[in-house]
Amino acid sequence: MSWHQLPIALMAKALAAKEVSSVELTQYFLDRIEAGKRWNAYLDVSAHLSLEQASKADKIIASRKSGKLTGIPVAHKDVFVTRGWKSTAASKMLEGYQSPFDATVVSNLGIPDELNPNGAGMVCLGKTNMDEFAMGSSNENSAYGPVLNPWNSEYVAGGSSGGSAAAVAAGLAPIATGTDTGGSIRQPAAFCGLTGIKPSYGRVSRYGMIAYASSLDQAGPMGKTAEDCALLLSAMSSHDPRDSTSLADSGEDYGRYLTQSWIKDSANSAKPLEGLIVGLPKEFFAEGLALEVANAVNAAAKALQELGAELIEVSLPKTKLSIPVYYVLAPAEASSNLSRFDGVRYGHRANEYRDLSDMYKKSRTEGFGAEVKRRILVGTYVLCHGYYDAYYLQAQKIRRIIAADFQAAFEKCDVILGPVAPDVAWRLGEKSKDPVQMYLEDIYTLSTNLAGLPAMSVPCGFNTSNLPIGMQLIGNYFSEARLLQVAHQYQQNSDWHLRQASEGA
Amino acid sequence: MKLNDFQRIAHLSSLDLSQAEAEAVLPQLQAVFALVEEMQAVDTSGLAPLAHPILFLRDLAQPLRSDAVTEVDHRAENMQSAPAEQDGYFLVPRVIE
Repeated sequence: MSWHQLPIALMAKALAAKEVSSVELTQYFLDRIEAGKRWNAYLDVSAHLSLEQASKADKIIASRKSGKLTGIPVAHKDVFVTRGWKSTAASKMLEGYQSPFDATVVSNLGIPDELNPNGAGMVCLGKTNMDEFAMGSSNENSAYGPVLNPWNSEYVAGGSSGGSAAAVAAGLAPIATGTDTGGSIRQPAAFCGLTGIKPSYGRVSRYGMIAYASSLDQAGPMGKTAEDCALLLSAMSSHDPRDSTSLADSGEDYGRYLTQSWIKDSANSAKPLEGLIVGLPKEFFAEGLALEVANAVNAAAKALQELGAELIEVSLPKTKLSIPVYYVLAPAEASSNLSRFDGVRYGHRANEYRDLSDMYKKSRTEGFGAEVKRRILVGTYVLCHGYYDAYYLQAQKIRRIIAADFQAAFEKCDVILGPVAPDVAWRLGEKSKDPVQMYLEDIYTLSTNLAGLPAMSVPCGFNTSNLPIGMQLIGNYFSEARLLQVAHQYQQNSDWHLRQASEGA
Repeated sequence: MKLNDFQRIAHLSSLDLSQAEAEAVLPQLQAVFALVEEMQAVDTSGLAPLAHPILFLRDLAQPLRSDAVTEVDHRAENMQSAPAEQDGYFLVPRVIE
């Protein structure tokens, strides 16, 4: 059985029917991870710990106390701290670091125990590679080497959750967690042919997520289908008193609308999305968008129309400004968050130094990579006296305009549809020397993080070089279940999400 | 941003960058700031800054918990990752001569 080709929704049924045990499934994926090292998708794997968890999951299944996810393996982005596995955020600064506790996302999904009685019972396969401290759009900024794209190993997997994306696309994990600060779930999902969702800010606890930009970071699932993402997101999200920005727990089942038509109890089964108004922002289809991406996204829009949706044009006039606003606010928050890495309590400490200040400087200079240093410098600069008003405050004011533009658009439509990125994955090294060129690739994803809105990436085609293309669905606050419904209905009528990466298979 | 600004910012960032590194990184930072300059053309008079996305949606009252001890002592576990430690304390270079 090719378990790696199966969505987790079907894997759960096989586990419940005792067609396979969690130990067998886990060993299957561990073998694939061993054979698929060339993708550089994982940073830490510990087979005996995974199998120990799988054995516990099998006992839960045998006692008939299992839930929808019990026994299913999952890979965690290395930005989540985990007991047992190393947690490095792909930085030399945290080389070998072992956390004494689990991130809330990890414990929500993990095997239940005394500390964590409500764990979903999933088995941790290991920690996936990423851009260092989640800073990057290509996964070339990891201190442990770039992740390769399973569709073509000469291309980037996308960042910063590129290891999670490559792991699922190459069949080294059935599903994975990621985080999205400016597009880091959606863009690698698009580049690797996966479905991924960044939920509304505050839905998922950030406790135990190694912080990059706290007002933008949000965790979410990356899998093969919208249904898989709904299953994982339902288990990931919860109110967490340890995260003061965590929202009250709605106890939502994000999959509750999947099989419903848009208008409840509609009799028109041929048009399940009748009543849905899809807004196409004209700024998302302007200059800079690759023709093949535009064609694929337009074809997806037509497919939604055939399912009953109405297409209208909307405007998000400040889209272009989301790049400068993001690249002021995110570095500003990063410069503050990363000040904790000083070589005193954890992390890298330089061998030789003159005094305390010199120890801080040498430890940080040796520990951080080039992109991280660049963002710390930018962040420190924009927060300096004399520049604060012109850069940081101005960016926060434009952030308000960007958030308001979305609300104006949502008065006319239910969801917004556009591309995830201006083009497909690029060749390794192609943009590494020009950070600004790389930043421009985030143009369609940044604005939703600035506004805190939910948004997802759904496979919608391939270019002539057989590289995946993703479409982006953006919803209003707390509309994740509706976004997943639209994506699921699209996936019931398309097969882009079912295609396997030929190199990864 | 000029080279002397750069050295001041590097110092404030607690980063130790050589003259050669500074000269290599400075053009990249200047390119970032050229991009950022686009913001200056936007009229934001009368607008309040938005520091946090959820504040756009609703005023979040600061969540309060009851004033009770909830954490147990994790000192031993927390010290395990310390680069230098003695008797349960973090060791740093001498700061008072």
